[in-house]
Amino acid sequence: MIESKAKILSNTPLTQDVFKMELETEIATLAKPGQFVQITVPNFYLRRPISVSWVEGNVLTIVYKVLGKGTDKLSSMRPGHALSVLGPLGTGYPIEAKEEVLIVGGGVGTPPMLLTAKAYQDLGAKVHVVLGFNTKDEVFYQKEFEELGITPVICTMDGSMGVQGTVLDGIKANHITCPFVCSCGPLPMLRAIQNTYQDGYISLESRMGCGFGVCLGCVMKTVEGDAVRVCEDGPVFAMGKVVL
Amino acid sequence: MDLSVKLPGLNLKNPVLPASGCFGNGREFASIYDLSLLGGMVTKSVTPNARFGNPLPRIAEAESGMLNAIGLENKGVDYFREHELPFLEQFDTEVMVSVAGSTIEDYAHVVEHLKGVDVIKAFELNVSCPNVAVGGMAIGTNAEALGKTVAMVKQHADKPVYVKLSPNVTNIVELALAAQDNGADGLVMINTVQGLRMDLRTAKPLLGNVTGGLSGPAIKPIALRMVYQVAQVVHIPIIGCGGISNAEDILEFLYAGASAVQVGAANFIDPWACPKMIEELPSVLEKYNLNSVQEAIGKALPQK
Ligand SMILES: Cc1cc2nc3c(=O)[nH]c(=O)nc-3n(C[C@H](O)[C@H](O)[C@H](O)COP(=O)(O)OP(=O)(O)OC[C@H]3O[C@@H](n4cnc5c(N)ncnc54)[C@H](O)[C@@H]3O)c2cc1C
Ligand SMILES: Cc1cc2nc3c(=O)[nH]c(=O)nc-3n(C[C@H](O)[C@H](O)[C@H](O)COP(=O)(O)O)c2cc1C
Repeated sequence: MIESKAKILSNTPLTQDVFKMELETEIATLAKPGQFVQITVPNFYLRRPISVSWVEGNVLTIVYKVLGKGTDKLSSMRPGHALSVLGPLGTGYPIEAKEEVLIVGGGVGTPPMLLTAKAYQDLGAKVHVVLGFNTKDEVFYQKEFEELGITPVICTMDGSMGVQGTVLDGIKANHITCPFVCSCGPLPMLRAIQNTYQDGYISLESRMGCGFGVCLGCVMKTVEGDAVRVCEDGPVFAMGKVVL
Repeated sequence: MDLSVKLPGLNLKNPVLPASGCFGNGREFASIYDLSLLGGMVTKSVTPNARFGNPLPRIAEAESGMLNAIGLENKGVDYFREHELPFLEQFDTEVMVSVAGSTIEDYAHVVEHLKGVDVIKAFELNVSCPNVAVGGMAIGTNAEALGKTVAMVKQHADKPVYVKLSPNVTNIVELALAAQDNGADGLVMINTVQGLRMDLRTAKPLLGNVTGGLSGPAIKPIALRMVYQVAQVVHIPIIGCGGISNAEDILEFLYAGASAVQVGAANFIDPWACPKMIEELPSVLEKYNLNSVQEAIGKALPQK
């Protein structure tokens, strides 16, 4: 973990309320798929946790949705400004040799799956990608996955693009039988994934004070009843380990 | 520049200690800096048995600060003695163990079970946690219950006992005197200020525990006022705490009558906050023509 004054290189909208920001920081050289950073937004006290979406040299890309006041302020920041960024944080996806991997992203759970898909590809795995959104206007990152040579299955709840329904509907419709799944997305989606699959990993969200394991603000329970810190023991956990 | 301060049980090379609950039990911070840089440190509050703590969310943001309602999550005193305390032996820093409980007997149980552990230099009684249903703040906001608890713990403790006071009272001086009169060796002031935030979407309180404790720069003036009031009537030392994030803040607390300080939420915002403050402190003291930390302590108090 280091603290870095990261220069904003770009901050552009991908949809109406989802932004992609490129930051110049050495954290990029240290970050692994599924890890996150804690960003200080000017005029706000607590840092905001955001996943690492992509790294290239010393450029770290994050993709965030404007949810409240902090991310709204973040979306107004212009290139050239510096942000205090803490990272890399957390335990990411334990990228292990696999023949086949199914990557599932839902909404703003999609960004960390890009670097994860690349890491599995680099190990020679066949990578399937299924992405879920509410509607066509909210879809992003299709092109980025295509640049990796992967055609993502797009699912929308209203059927305005791709398969109508959830990511599970998209998996079925495309006859993807791969039993090993890596996923990040909203809680209802992760619950459905965890009820359907036994093998793989999911990435969780929780409100955090510190982001590096000391405040116990983000703690959840495992099926055995043990406490786990989403920030330090996670945010990536083995499928079925944490009670959702 | 002489930054050292001698307090009951604590031989501090500088007056900066990370506060309870904001430093874990040192492990995470030990991986980013040498804990021997610190004057001392305070462990996460420990209770007789393991506690899971409160339902999520446990954290909310506030203007210039944060609310927390962790609920004293810890693995209990036996685990703490066997698996957490030995790790701290390698550092040249003074360890205070924060003790919490639901009943007076709980406090006595914890100190009794930590007898003879050399790495512990003092106990800090957390009678001020606003985030548990029983005990905690209920003891710390009632002079009689507080007095009884301190007297009982003093019979069992083999190290000096500091009492961490709650700001959630009408008359802080009364509580400070109850602690002192029953044998407290020092005071720590203050714990978090009870607060609440709403979730506009659900039209319900945001925190799982409904209320939480406010900390950070927002509470600094409250803490300073209380230290200043209490320092004028007690003869035991005070460790100041509340919203400290830089060396100037430390000096304010010293002027108000604190002999050392604890740093809480600032550790989350900047994990290197404590070593940075220690490094800045000499030049800040110099700037105000002070030759030592000792010289600054109580400088603002009315002369008797
Ligand atoms: C490990 C991790 C990775 C994340 N990665 C991404 C990402 O890649 N892209 C993205 O868009 N979002 C991500 N999030 C969610 C993101 O942190 C929140 O949307 C953001 O903090 C909201 O801030 P705000 O000030 O706009 O909202 P407000 O509601 O005003 O925030 C108030 C406080 O609550 C916290 N908070 C609110 N919602 C969440 C939430 N869902 N999770 C955690 N803290 C929250 C904020 O950090 C802040 O401290 C991630 C969360 C975690 C825990
Ligand atoms: C997340 C969190 C957890 C805390 N846990 C404890 C605790 O276990 N015991 C205790 O005595 N105080 C606890 N505190 C209170 C702090 O030690 C400190 O008294 C308070 O936060 C005020 O200082 P600050 O403004 O510098 O944070 C906690 C505070 C926070 C923010």
